[in-house]
Amino acid sequence: MKFAFFPGCVSRGGAPELYLSTIAVCEKIGIELEEIEGWSCTGAGALQESNPLLGDTLNARNFALAQRMGLPIMTICSTCQGVMAQAKVKLENEEYRAEVNAILEPEGLEYTGGIEVKHMLWVMVENIGLDKIKSLATRSLEGVFLAPFYGCYIVRPSAALEYDEHPQRKIALELVIEALGANAVDNDGKTRCCGFPILTINEKNSLAMVAKHTAEAQDLGADAMVTPCPLCHLNLDGFQAKAAKQLGRQINVPILHLPQLIGAALGMDAPTLGLNKHIVSAFDVAMKMGVRI
Amino acid sequence: MQANVSVRRFNPDEEDPKSYDQEYQVEVDENFTVLDTLIKVREEIDGSLALRCSCRASICGSCAIRVNGHAVLACKTRVSEHLSEDGSFRVEPAGNQPVIKDLVVDMNPFWDKLRAVEPYMQPSMPEPEAEYLAPNDVMLHLVDVMGCIMCGACVSDCTVLEIDKNFLGPAALAKAYRFVADTRDVEDDKRLKMYNEYGGMWDCTRCGECVTVCPKGVAPMERIMALREKAIEAKIPTGSYDGAAYGYRHSLVFEDIVSHNGRLDETKLVIKTLGMFNLPKLIGLIPVAMNAAFRRKMPPLLHPAIPGVGQVRRIASRINAIKKEAAK
Repeated sequence: MKFAFFPGCVSRGGAPELYLSTIAVCEKIGIELEEIEGWSCTGAGALQESNPLLGDTLNARNFALAQRMGLPIMTICSTCQGVMAQAKVKLENEEYRAEVNAILEPEGLEYTGGIEVKHMLWVMVENIGLDKIKSLATRSLEGVFLAPFYGCYIVRPSAALEYDEHPQRKIALELVIEALGANAVDNDGKTRCCGFPILTINEKNSLAMVAKHTAEAQDLGADAMVTPCPLCHLNLDGFQAKAAKQLGRQINVPILHLPQLIGAALGMDAPTLGLNKHIVSAFDVAMKMGVRI
Repeated sequence: MQANVSVRRFNPDEEDPKSYDQEYQVEVDENFTVLDTLIKVREEIDGSLALRCSCRASICGSCAIRVNGHAVLACKTRVSEHLSEDGSFRVEPAGNQPVIKDLVVDMNPFWDKLRAVEPYMQPSMPEPEAEYLAPNDVMLHLVDVMGCIMCGACVSDCTVLEIDKNFLGPAALAKAYRFVADTRDVEDDKRLKMYNEYGGMWDCTRCGECVTVCPKGVAPMERIMALREKAIEAKIPTGSYDGAAYGYRHSLVFEDIVSHNGRLDETKLVIKTLGMFNLPKLIGLIPVAMNAAFRRKMPPLLHPAIPGVGQVRRIASRINAIKKEAAK
C-alpha cells in the first residue's frame, strides 16, 4: 500500500514528534510513504479567508503533484485533511477547475479532478483494517483510558469529508483506541474546537477552550487525550499550563498524536515515538502503556 | 416501534430548581419527527412538558432543540435517524441560551445581538414609492443567507459562545454579512468597523459547527470569513479591539509567508502577527517557547523555502494580477 505523503507544515515545524512517529509506524505496518516533493501549505483555513483563490490553487497544485505520482494522498493533519477535502469539492466544478488550471498551466501542472485524500486515521480503519492493527500489536493497552479529540476540520463539514459514504469516520478514533485494547473516554469536547485558530487573536478565549476540554478529559479519568490534529496538539499541549492558570485549577493531561498511540501498541520505544518531546509530560502514560522510556 | 426518549427538564417554579433527565416510552412510526414524538409525550403522557413550536414545516424556526447533543429543528428531524441500537435518543434545550422551562429557551439575547448588527437596509437614495429594487443577478448569491429563519440552532452549538457570551454569534454575523453584501446598502465601512470590535467577526474560531447544524444552508461561518475578506480588502480600521488588528495581520502575514516560502513559518507568523515591538505579548510567550526549546521541538528560526518555491511565488503573483485586473 503506497501513498503520496503530505506531512503538513506543523509536523515539519512545531510538532516534529508527529512526523517521527508516523514514519516509524507506517514502516512497521507496511504503508509505503513517498513524500510529495515540493508540497506547499494548504492554507489551513487562514489563507481561505484572505485569498481563497490562492488557497484553492495551492491545493490544486498539491493534487496535481500527487496525480503525477499516480498515488492517493495521505495526510497526518486534521486541518490539512479538511482544507484539502473542501478544496477538492470546489475543484470538482469544471469551470472553476479550468480557471485554477489556467493559473497552474505555465508551471506545466494540471489537476484533472477526483484525487483521493485520506487522513492516516481513516487509512488505519479503512485501508489497513482494525483486525490487522490488532494482529500487529505486541502490547495490549488494557487499562489505559484515552479521551479522543478529533479537531474540527476532520469532522466538519461532513459532506466534504464523505461521512455518509464512510459512516465509521464519525467514530474512527474510538475504533482505533479500542482495537488496541485501551478504553475510549467519551467526552463532550471531542468534536469541539481546541481554540488554536484564535490563539493570537483572542488568547483568553483560546485558553478557555483548552482548559475546558483538558479539564473535562481529566475529570473523566483519562490518562491522556489522543488527537489526529497537530494544531489541536500544539494548543492543548503547549498552552495547557497557561490555560490551567487562567481557569485557576490543576490540569495535567498529556496529548498524544495518533501514530504515537499506535506505535506504543506496536512495541515501539519512547524516543522513536518522540514521547519525550511533549510539553505536558507523557512519562506516566507511556509507563502505563508499557512503553520503554 | 417503541422509542425511549430522554428529555432534559427544568422547572423554574420548583423550590430548588435543577435540571434533570426524564425518560418516556413512546410508540412512534418510522416517519415520526422528534417534534411529533414530543407532542405525543405532552398530549398523552405528561402534560407538564414545555416545548415551543408553531409551523411544523421548518419555516418558523421555533422548535430548535438539541437531539443527541446537536442542534436541530425538531420538526425537520426524523426519530428513526437518531435512535441508538437500544431504541433511545436524547433531547435537550438549545445550548448557549438561558432555559426558561424544559425545552423552551429565552431568545432575548439572540434578538439583542441581531439588533446590534443593525439588520436593516441603509440606502443612500431617496425613499422610492414602492421597494428599493436590485437586479436579480446581484442578489442571487444572497439567497441562502437570506433564508435564515432565526431558529438559533447555530447559536446553540457555537463553540465560542460556550466560553464567551459577548460574542455576537453566527446568526447575527451572517445577517451582518447579508447587508454588507447588499449593493443597495451604502454603509459598508461603518458596518465593517462595527463588526471589527470585540465579540465581532475576528472572534470566530472557524470550527464549522454552525455550518453543520444550520437547517437552512445559511453557512454562517462562511459569511463571517467573507466579512473578514471584505474588511481586509477595504482596509477598514481595526478600532479599539487588539484582536481585530491581530486577526488582520494574521491573515496577511500568513498569506505573505506561504506565498514566499511555500510553507508556514510558525515563529515568524506569531512575531509578525503580534508585532515585533509588542513586548507584553511576546514576553508572555517566552515560557511556552522555552518549554518547546527544552524539549527540542522549537520550530526552526529560519525556515528554508520548499523545493520549487518559484512555482508558488509565480502562482501567487499571477493571482495578484488577476485580482488587480478584477478590481479595475
